[in-house]
Amino acid sequence: MMGTIFGIPPQALFGQLLLGLINGSFYALLSLGLAVIFGMLNVINFAHGALYMMGAFVAWLLLTQLGIGYWWALLLAPLVVGLFGVVLEKTLLSRLYKLDHLYGLLLTFGLALIVEGAFRHQYGVSGQPYPIPDALKGGQNLGFMFLPNYRGWVVVASLVVCISTWIAIEKTKLGAYLRAATENPVLVQAFGINVPRMITLTYAFGVALAGLAGVLAAPIYQVSPLMGSNLIIVVFAVVVIGGMGSILGAVLTGYGLGLLEGLTKVFYPEASNIVVFVIMAVVLMIKPAGLFGRER
Amino acid sequence: MSLHSQSGIRASGKASQASATGSTLARVGALAVLVALLAVPFLLYPVFLMKVLCFALFACAFNLLIGFGGLLSFGHAAFFGSAAYVTAHTVKVWGLSPELGILLGTAASAFLGILFGSIAIRRQGIYFAMITLALSQMVFFLALQLPFTHGEDGIQAVPRGVLFGVFDLNNPLAMYYTVLGVFLIGFAIIWRTVHSPFGQVLKAIRENEPRAISLGYRTERYKLMAFVLSATLAGLAGGTKAIVFQLATLTDVTWQMSGEVVLMTLLGGMGTLTGPVIGAALVVTLENYLAATSLPVPVVIGCIFVACVLVFRRGIAGEIQARFGKQSRLG
Repeated sequence: MMGTIFGIPPQALFGQLLLGLINGSFYALLSLGLAVIFGMLNVINFAHGALYMMGAFVAWLLLTQLGIGYWWALLLAPLVVGLFGVVLEKTLLSRLYKLDHLYGLLLTFGLALIVEGAFRHQYGVSGQPYPIPDALKGGQNLGFMFLPNYRGWVVVASLVVCISTWIAIEKTKLGAYLRAATENPVLVQAFGINVPRMITLTYAFGVALAGLAGVLAAPIYQVSPLMGSNLIIVVFAVVVIGGMGSILGAVLTGYGLGLLEGLTKVFYPEASNIVVFVIMAVVLMIKPAGLFGRER
Repeated sequence: MSLHSQSGIRASGKASQASATGSTLARVGALAVLVALLAVPFLLYPVFLMKVLCFALFACAFNLLIGFGGLLSFGHAAFFGSAAYVTAHTVKVWGLSPELGILLGTAASAFLGILFGSIAIRRQGIYFAMITLALSQMVFFLALQLPFTHGEDGIQAVPRGVLFGVFDLNNPLAMYYTVLGVFLIGFAIIWRTVHSPFGQVLKAIRENEPRAISLGYRTERYKLMAFVLSATLAGLAGGTKAIVFQLATLTDVTWQMSGEVVLMTLLGGMGTLTGPVIGAALVVTLENYLAATSLPVPVVIGCIFVACVLVFRRGIAGEIQARFGKQSRLG
């Protein structure tokens, strides 16, 4: 038996850190989507958790109803959720842009209730298992801990998605348009760029990220109608801590808080549910704009 | 920029500007409503009415913050629920009288209001909403884990007790009139606050905070006071609810409960005095009705939310006010 670290067996410590990293991956993916949407639409998308759940359910339905497996679901589920997002933006959200931003929050809250309630009505509250794809079964013995392949894949996949999104927004021409339209939509429109379409696509992209996170989560957590609602509140706290100013900030805060939560589970498990909220309160006391934010 | 300057809702209650006939009419109307409230337990099921009154007070407290201070709290269930827990615990375990239990519950909410308020007012708008939501979720987890709240079971079979050592609250009518009294006290406090110089400053902050600051008002302090008052009254509603239903459970502290009070206020009319009461009555009635059908409640509630935001932003009382002018107000 190996020694202990701060009185904790290393197996347990690294195991919880891995769990924290997994949770952090989902925080990062979801807060990234929220930040992208907020930057462009000035809407806090309360339906984000419900759409994450929807992504997981689409994957589960593809598998159980049509026999379409994980890898296709990874592509199709975000597409379905993204298309749903296009419909939501075109028919509902676009009517609110001239109003106070709080109405966007209220509308998406209503949408979250509808989506979640509908799935709950249809499928009940119990979780549905989703099998890990064959290629990712098993695990690696890293010497100090055992790493299940699928969990490693989730961390890598979410990192890749987050970094490519960041590069796309910061380094490409399309990203430059997006950032310009965030700063001054009227001027960008005057240059002949179709800003309303860009807004629609941004929303679709943001919720597609949530859908993707849902598919990634399906084999780890069970697919349940309630999987998004508690997560979204933690993600809100993550967003407040990071501040919405920067994409990179949202991602880093997501991973960091996931890890911190994991550490709390090791050293003081009773507080693991509330540690993110406590950190949020402390950050607000010291730096109200958030770690990476700027006052708007 | 506030929610109201854009949606065209104006806070009600400029009594001084109402014409003499208008205010007489309002007084007669208020008297009629009071008589109706006194008589109605002989016609309708008292438990239902008490539920409406508790939620009406809760919604009025919430509306004080959004309607008159322009601050959307998405975490008011924390105050409602904590007060319910404290009242239930002190009455059941400590054996306190119901009035002391409610008082302690309300005090607990006031304390929580100071704590949360001083954190939340550091940000505005959607951030404020997200922060209050996150803080109230923390209360939810505490209620789940702390020993005295009994986790999933909640605190059950709370004795109603004897009010002031005289009125036995196990009598439904005595209980009803107690709840009515609590509601009227809460409503009077809100009415008084809105019509006071303090209320006017709050409105000024809502409409244009930088200007209020430049006029020398310490807006942070005003917002905190409004927050604490709102939390306290939400606690009063929650504590009373615990006595009425002899129960304090996790349902009272969930984010769904916070959302429900937002809906009541939105549906009835934000920034109106009577709107939240109407909204609470409608939502409670609707939920009672839906409970007997197979329709999924959250979906229906969500649809009403969406409809209100898209086409009915003034709410019922707001629409009436806009159509018929000031004299239709009863508050």
